[in-house]
Amino acid sequence: MLELKAHKALVVKFQSLFALLLLIVILSIFAENFFSKNTFWLVLTQVSINMCLSVGMTLVILTGGIDLSVGSVLALSGVIMAGLLKNGLEIPSLNIFISFSLFGAILAGLIVGSFLGFFNGLMITRFRIPPFVATLAMLTIARGLTELWTGGAAITGLGKTFGYLGTGRLLGVPVQVWLCAAIVLIFVIVLRKTRFGRYIYAVGGNEKAARLSGLNVNRIKLLVYTLAGALAAVGGLIVTSKLNSATPSAGDGYELDSIAAVVIGGTSLNGGKGSVLGTILGVLIIGVLNSGLNILEVPAFWQKLVKGFVILVAVAIDKLNTDK
Amino acid sequence: MTQTQNDNIVLKATGISKTFGGIKALDGVNLEIHAGKVNAIVGENGAGKSTLMKILAGIYQGYEGRIFLDGQPADFANPKEAQDNGIAIIHQELNLIPYLSVAENVFLGREFINRFGLISYRRMHRETKKLLDRLDLHISPRAKVSELRIGQQQIVEIAHVLSLNARIVIMDEPTSAISEHEIEVLFDLIRSLKAQGVAIVYITHKLDELFQIADTVTVLRDGKYVGSGLVEELSHDDIVRMMVGRNIKDFFVKSDTVKSGEVLSVRDLCLAHPERPGDYIVKHVDFKVQAGEVLGMFGLMGAGRTELLETIFGLHPKASSGSIFINGQSARINSPNDAIDSGIGFITEDRKQEGLVLQMSVASSISLASLKQTERFGFLSDRLETRLARGYVDRLKIKTPSIRQIVENLSGGNQQKVVIAKWLATDPRILLLDEPTRGIDINAKNEIYRLISELAQKGLAIVMVSSELPEIMAIADRIIVLSEGKRTAEFARSQFTEEAIVKAAIPKSLKLQTLQKTKDQKCSN
Repeated sequence: MLELKAHKALVVKFQSLFALLLLIVILSIFAENFFSKNTFWLVLTQVSINMCLSVGMTLVILTGGIDLSVGSVLALSGVIMAGLLKNGLEIPSLNIFISFSLFGAILAGLIVGSFLGFFNGLMITRFRIPPFVATLAMLTIARGLTELWTGGAAITGLGKTFGYLGTGRLLGVPVQVWLCAAIVLIFVIVLRKTRFGRYIYAVGGNEKAARLSGLNVNRIKLLVYTLAGALAAVGGLIVTSKLNSATPSAGDGYELDSIAAVVIGGTSLNGGKGSVLGTILGVLIIGVLNSGLNILEVPAFWQKLVKGFVILVAVAIDKLNTDK
Repeated sequence: MTQTQNDNIVLKATGISKTFGGIKALDGVNLEIHAGKVNAIVGENGAGKSTLMKILAGIYQGYEGRIFLDGQPADFANPKEAQDNGIAIIHQELNLIPYLSVAENVFLGREFINRFGLISYRRMHRETKKLLDRLDLHISPRAKVSELRIGQQQIVEIAHVLSLNARIVIMDEPTSAISEHEIEVLFDLIRSLKAQGVAIVYITHKLDELFQIADTVTVLRDGKYVGSGLVEELSHDDIVRMMVGRNIKDFFVKSDTVKSGEVLSVRDLCLAHPERPGDYIVKHVDFKVQAGEVLGMFGLMGAGRTELLETIFGLHPKASSGSIFINGQSARINSPNDAIDSGIGFITEDRKQEGLVLQMSVASSISLASLKQTERFGFLSDRLETRLARGYVDRLKIKTPSIRQIVENLSGGNQQKVVIAKWLATDPRILLLDEPTRGIDINAKNEIYRLISELAQKGLAIVMVSSELPEIMAIADRIIVLSEGKRTAEFARSQFTEEAIVKAAIPKSLKLQTLQKTKDQKCSN
């Protein structure tokens, strides 16, 4: 009986991997240029932004929450980095002008993203606003701030060095892929090998039991939302660097792809169950599907339909396997 | 059995078996249900009582065996069919919608419609009122269910069942969540339903209730039919023997331990009521516990026992006042974390809701409250965690195939041991236990008692809340009684008598048979 269960758990554990492989096989058959080195790097670079967002989203969803603001936070962080790098910070009323180095501008963007995440966490823990509502508000607020900062126009011409991150290669591997790999590695270790990671699972699995076991539930959540904001800012860095410009509409709707990836990766929206590794597979499934449908020249509107159904099927299979 | 009784059989089930995923939950069970009688079904947890009832109520299909209703073969495809045949079930967890009114709940799905196609509330309220009157429950049909006490909600469920014209009413552990007074009301109600010819199927594992209310009893054990008979012809010991399958020895009694100095002292503890300003749940409670001592805390539902423990554990820092001394030092406890740092462990009443993260492994559950000790260079060490968990699994004899097993898959008794292990891993000096044996079988209970006794022997100070008198009298060195938030009595072991303890626990308002609330002195904050 138990062996049967373990066997089943194995299948459930690897079902996303099976799905990904199946998808690759199918696309390789139907799209002749699909199975190639080019596509390999293309997919990996295309998914890098969603990977950053989804790692953060995994943490948030593991605590039983949700973060709808990541797309907007990505945009704001991106335009802050670009704006500070290009124009510096000028406050005419105080007659202050600060110019920013490349590193300083990036750091400022990351700090802004983290702060917005922190603010989400504050609303959720101190004011007991449901995560859905708090981050929905932040989605609008951050987008508004982005438009205010840019005046609605893109900030372009950021220089070659800045573009290195989004277009350069190191040892033959795109820099953004290195960055993602590092982030994934860090958070796999955080979740599996640190107290903080274990506590995330406990909070999402049973908040009351976690509190009664002496865990500082609020502090854990605050940190998780802050990290989600920081990772969204990293996403903003990649997208801005890739395009060598920051557009105020960047990241629009990215939160949905990110939630989809986490869910396809087997993380439960109720919290307490899931992993970063699952999320990687979810991100890759969406990425491979996107590239494949593009190569097959499936019209954009149909692509949306297909993606929607893939999400439904993935989660339905997961439910069928885990219930009973 | 006499001829007349046979004539009264409304439902007969023979050879019922049911399998879940390869495990036999029921194995050839027989049952006879008599009209106008309370037919009790008893057995320990996991004996198959609820499964059998769910088959009768049409909730489970796919069983072996045969069911006869009024002598005719019957097989219900769904709960609706069973209802149409006059069989209704009142689950342990009530199935009411909290934000609808009493009348809306009673007639849910069968609302009266007026000629405009709208709900006729007037008629629904009138009919509900009639039913409530019949049940002697004087509340408005318009009242929201969420505003009623659990006992009242239960009566609303019964009203619902009666509105279905049920001839067979199945009650699954109906007294598990209601107060003594409400139990009396329920029993009166059951007697009157009986007189009206309704067949009551009464599931319980409390034997005292059996002798108070039941006419016949059927005993199940491990999914098997053990026997049945008339309650008046059986003794308490007969039934226990049938339930347990052997002669149980006398109740485990805690051995005497050396008391070595006061560890916990609680002074003038008050806890404000969260909804009623000026009212208090815990009122000026004082007590002390010594190392090696088990202090029993007895009280009825609503006496403030759980809240008292919660306050000590730092769960209500803003609403409480008073002082706590640990080893003679004043302790400031504003959160569970502070409490743990002060050496307090708290085994909560509801292990599934409050004690465990059910999806976690046995090892992670044991280490959760003391995770720091499994850390090495800032990272969790599997080796240290395994060692910690193995130690407690062996010491507490936790039955689990592996320390990586998910705690959800363990039995209630073993889950409770995991919770205890979690707290022992924090190396506490004081252990607060709230109903530590609730919902676990007799064997597991005895193991928990032995464990508590051992822990006291090792010098822990233990406070144990329990509503089971035999249990608390066997385990505690000293008992304090709470009633309506106040400490009303204290007994040393030599003074323990059931009568005296219960007398101290009954609220004054009940003793006087009035609903008037006693005025209490204000608590300072």
